[in-house]
Amino acid sequence: MMAKAPNRREFLCSTGSVAAGLATSGSVVFAPDYSWALSPTAIDAHTAQTLLVMARQLFPHDRLGDQYYAAVVDAVDKQAASDAALRKLVAEGVARLDGARGIRWVELSNGARSAVLKTVEASEFFSTMRTATINNLYGNPLVYRFFGFEGSSVEHGGYINRGFDDIGWLPNS
Amino acid sequence: MAKAFDLKDDSVVVVIGSGAGGGTLSNELAQRGINVVCLEAGPRLDITDIVNDNATMFSRLSWLDKRIGTGDLNAALPLWVCKTVGGTTVHWAGASLRFQEHEFRARTVYGNIPGTNLLDWPITLQELEPFYTRAEDKLGVTGTHNIPRLPGNNNFKVMAAGAKRVGYTQVHTGNMAINAEARDGRPACRQIGFCMSGCAIGAKWSTLYTEIPKAESTGHFELRPDSMVVKINHDASGKVTGVVYADKSGALQEQKARVVCVAGNSVETPRLLLNSQSSKFPNGLANSSGQVGRNYMRHMTGTVYAIMPGRVNFDRGTQMAGIIKDESRHDPSRGFAGGYEMETLPGFGLAGVASNTIAGAWGPEYAKVIEMYDHFAGMWLVGEDLPQVGNGVTLHATDKDQHGMPVPVVHFKDHTNDIAMRNHAYKAGTAVYQSLGATQVFELPPFPSTHNMGTCRQSDKAQDGVCNKYGQAHDVANLFISDGSQFTTGGAENPTLTIVALAIRQAEYLVNQLSRKEM
Repeated sequence: MMAKAPNRREFLCSTGSVAAGLATSGSVVFAPDYSWALSPTAIDAHTAQTLLVMARQLFPHDRLGDQYYAAVVDAVDKQAASDAALRKLVAEGVARLDGARGIRWVELSNGARSAVLKTVEASEFFSTMRTATINNLYGNPLVYRFFGFEGSSVEHGGYINRGFDDIGWLPNS
Repeated sequence: MAKAFDLKDDSVVVVIGSGAGGGTLSNELAQRGINVVCLEAGPRLDITDIVNDNATMFSRLSWLDKRIGTGDLNAALPLWVCKTVGGTTVHWAGASLRFQEHEFRARTVYGNIPGTNLLDWPITLQELEPFYTRAEDKLGVTGTHNIPRLPGNNNFKVMAAGAKRVGYTQVHTGNMAINAEARDGRPACRQIGFCMSGCAIGAKWSTLYTEIPKAESTGHFELRPDSMVVKINHDASGKVTGVVYADKSGALQEQKARVVCVAGNSVETPRLLLNSQSSKFPNGLANSSGQVGRNYMRHMTGTVYAIMPGRVNFDRGTQMAGIIKDESRHDPSRGFAGGYEMETLPGFGLAGVASNTIAGAWGPEYAKVIEMYDHFAGMWLVGEDLPQVGNGVTLHATDKDQHGMPVPVVHFKDHTNDIAMRNHAYKAGTAVYQSLGATQVFELPPFPSTHNMGTCRQSDKAQDGVCNKYGQAHDVANLFISDGSQFTTGGAENPTLTIVALAIRQAEYLVNQLSRKEM
């Protein structure tokens, strides 16, 4: 019995970065299966794709689809619309990534992309993107529930009757 | 019935700040028939404005006006305190501990430690005890006066089990100003979590919904929110006569006063005194000692997170209802003076854990750490740091805020004693979790300072500090320091209960002085 050949998405997953396989068309970044798209207004499609790949490269979770990382890019794009300094920071940051190895950063291998990122760790671009990713990825209620953070509890009456003290594995002595 | 006083009414006591110090003092005075105008820099929120979202409440509550941190405070946010009615009592975790007897005599007990500016308090524990009792009753502190303790949540149970294994004996769910049972118009805690984003049901004591409305109901109290005091005025004799503040529109107003009490937390209080310099007080108001803005303390702090062998969900329930007290003693054989408390502390949501667990970390390994979020346990380490004359608050020479007031520069460097204590505390916290088979342990550096003390300290002699044992300025009889700025030393304990006890005591003193027309 032959193993089923991986489809494009599974193949890309196995490389450790789905986002690197995203298509761009004009100003739009598409999911490989066209299940969602990112339409930035303040940044161009290549920049958006680069930031999307970068967000996953920073905090890669197999359990998360690209749409959650796209929300990070969306937030950066929205802020950039009214923030010229951020637009410049992002444009220069992406140019620096692309200039590192002679081919565009998103087209590098996973390992090479990480190695390049390592060289810009101290830059403002990097820390801005890291913070933006943390806030907009891990701060997204659709994401944090995947990790066991349950978010707002007051509307459920807190945890007084919902397991605040339900730990079961502690030793007796 | 809330009252309104005229700007020219010079019979009122003006209280600056509405937090643990200012809010309590205001109510204590109003209850005794003294007319009080309380000026609060921040807006007045309703309890319905408090939601279970760390990021939303951070921006809604925090003091985000520009402050420059230097030394160990060189960070975008050097301090984490509040600009809102209720001040930092909206944000605080509720831990309400008395200072220990020896902590009022730190200079005598710890000796002459090089690099410190240690001084004994001008009061003793014995003198403060009756006021601690009243403060505990006011706040409804669990584990005191037959008030039941809170039940322990998962994060506490992990800490307690580990504490037992390493041999600690003083372990419980703390002395918390959070109701385990309904009391004084406040409901019982429902183990919501998010205590430090504000308690959405008001089970935690905050002046926002206790002291302030109680003061208003006396008819002797007016709260003016969105009112940032920029200067204290005085007359030719050196007595203060009123304050200048920017109202909500930014327009400057002057409120006359017979007494001014400053409770703006340990940065704003000295900032205001320094900015009130005049030809009579060229180094700033009440600063003949040169100690205004000096001896800033923020407590030795650090955090230990651990990935445990099973699920914890450490964000569920009361955040700081859990303590190990064994290390709070003074025991120089450990290699440092003073002691520290170990208190439960969860993360601030998934985003908080991701940004704090290892500063600056990223990549697949760190992503795997974050994926263990529901296995995290956590504790905060908080201990006594020592006053140093170079740690403190100064005014920036040129940088001004939106009201034209110089931006404060806050400088802090750890003393070697603070570093030795922190290293000891990290090891102790790590041992607690490792005794239960923690797979990874993380030592987090101090968060932006939430405990701020000592910049206008009490002293017996006028040359050593800014105010006397009642918080009354040595140089100006009708000027009082009414917040944690008056702390001579910081103790190992979370400061709020002591701020409240001192405010109750100060109110009693003020009432006596005013009734004898000594002011």
